[in-house]
Amino acid sequence: MFSETIELRGHIIDSLILPKVLDQILTHGGNFKITEVQIGRKRADQSFARIEVSAETGEALDELILRLRQQGAEVLERANADVAPAPADGVFPPEFYVTTNQQTFVRFDGKEIEVTPAIINSAIAVDRKKGDARAVKFFDVKKGDEIVVGHQGIRVVPVQRATTHTDPFQFINNIVDAEEPKSAIIREIAEELRRAHSAGGKIAVVGGPAIVRTGAGGHLVRLIEGGCIDQLFAGNAFAAYDVERALFGTSLGLSPDVAIARGGHENHLRAINTIREVGGIAAAVREKILTSGIMHACVQHDVDIVLIGAIGDEGPLPGVTTDVIECEKILRDKLRDVTHVMLLATLRYSLALGAFLANNVKTVCVDIDPPAVERAVERQPLQSIGLVTDVEPFLRELDDCLSGSKVSQ
Amino acid sequence: MRELLLCPPDYYGIEYEINPWMSVARGAETAIVQEQWKQLHATLSKFCKVHLITPQPRLPDMVFTANAGLTVGRKFIPSNFRHKERAGEQPFFAKWMEQHGYQVGWLPEKLYFEGEGDALFSNDVLFCGYKFRSDIQSHRTIADMLSCLTISVELVDPRFYHLDTCFCPLPDGGAFWFPNAFDEYGQRAIREHVTDLIDVAPEEAMHFSCNAVVIDRDIVLPEGAPQLVTKLEERGYRCHELPMSEFIKAGGACKCLTMFMPQRQAM
Repeated sequence: MFSETIELRGHIIDSLILPKVLDQILTHGGNFKITEVQIGRKRADQSFARIEVSAETGEALDELILRLRQQGAEVLERANADVAPAPADGVFPPEFYVTTNQQTFVRFDGKEIEVTPAIINSAIAVDRKKGDARAVKFFDVKKGDEIVVGHQGIRVVPVQRATTHTDPFQFINNIVDAEEPKSAIIREIAEELRRAHSAGGKIAVVGGPAIVRTGAGGHLVRLIEGGCIDQLFAGNAFAAYDVERALFGTSLGLSPDVAIARGGHENHLRAINTIREVGGIAAAVREKILTSGIMHACVQHDVDIVLIGAIGDEGPLPGVTTDVIECEKILRDKLRDVTHVMLLATLRYSLALGAFLANNVKTVCVDIDPPAVERAVERQPLQSIGLVTDVEPFLRELDDCLSGSKVSQ
Repeated sequence: MRELLLCPPDYYGIEYEINPWMSVARGAETAIVQEQWKQLHATLSKFCKVHLITPQPRLPDMVFTANAGLTVGRKFIPSNFRHKERAGEQPFFAKWMEQHGYQVGWLPEKLYFEGEGDALFSNDVLFCGYKFRSDIQSHRTIADMLSCLTISVELVDPRFYHLDTCFCPLPDGGAFWFPNAFDEYGQRAIREHVTDLIDVAPEEAMHFSCNAVVIDRDIVLPEGAPQLVTKLEERGYRCHELPMSEFIKAGGACKCLTMFMPQRQAM
């Protein structure tokens, strides 16, 4: 979306110039927001309006502005952004601009460039020759890179509340408490996921070990088999529990099916050892050692798996990234085109991933702990739904809604 | 007694084409030009004191004094002509007005404004036309200079390129006009501010019938508008119809050949 701010002065109310300008904006496919209006009080007093005009393309905006100039509109000149060189590798210049996760534009030579990706807590590096502006972390920056400083020439476009349809993600009260009914909202979420998939959206799950331990894995497997999930983010423990459950029927020694399982805690390490021995999860599937479970379903249905390491991980399993900087780079890359994320029973990874989500990514956060839900939801205002519940009933209901109606047609 | 400024047509002719009426190939007949202008001068002199400015060679349109500027009280705002062919008229008019005791208030150079041709009072409201000759931006500067309500109306038919070719206010608060010369917003704005509007038929508008000089109850207008004349006479106006064929060839008639000094007393 491209935009300019125009100002109208004069007897714009009596002459009907203000309504004419607004009508022209709309009839030529643009949009407007009146940011300031002062109406003259006495007959000879002039009035004033400041209007933000936007259009889908730069060309459409230029053409529109040309028309509005004929009606006396004056285009407000915007200042260019200031830049300063990075003083050293991994160091930003003083006064560097810190990004939000909102859509952001920087202005150079009178033109706006969109900053990509729209992620929080980054600086903005610009390459004016390429006309490129990137959100960069400390580890991205090299000495001499041009970094945006100050707030001049920056335009942030917050997500607007939808006016064309009822969006369940934009309810004012977007957290469903433990004692509130959830079936209706889960059906809405299922419908949204179905709609998103048919519109080319990309759906990711960030899963915590509770999914496996509570016995909800089967529901997630069916969602994967149904083509509802494109990407899985999880920790080492999630994958290890899932493999243990597939190989021994337990997760961390406990079985959802029997009170006292055979083998107990040692099953966990034996499962990890089996995968390490064969070289990885995909290899284990290929060699028919791993024949069920979430990991198996992901490999069989080409769902991309990103496994993130942490201190205290057993193993880790092959394929788990343990370097935190490397993890950040992978997350930023893999989350770039994700449109919907389900954060399921994992505060740790929900918050870690939240730092890489643009403000227009829709999120569903499910956790049994209310503060965990609140913290995840507050990152994505107008774009998230939180449900305080055990993850198993959530996945069961979602599975019920989506199974049998394969969404990725 | 109202005072008017006219310019004898000594150098008048169709020497360039800056509106759809003008055709260099279809020149004005000098003898008829003189006759028609003298008749106008004589008619207006019956009701007004007429001043004459000395015509200048190579400025054939200087005869159209309505475009010299806008006079309110003792203040004269000279025009900034859009076309370079007419820009040379400005210093002669400004100097003449200054010599006759008017305070000259200049508009910024970048704002086009063609005087009384695009600025007509109806009671205390100044209607200003824009797009073909004047810029809307000039209107708010004029509103500031004169402290009056200015209604800007967009002209959409290039044959009616000045406001005074399609709109003529009357002293009782009414006006006659050719609505199709305005866009719908301009039409609405005029309807909201003018009580009794007389629509001029297209065939009569093409005779420049709206380009009339109104002096109290006397209206001097080009011949060829019997329907309009009837409507005006029904309202108690005396109409003086004059042949204007040679000036219409340049896109002007009675009003274009006349500037009020002043059009209105100070606000």
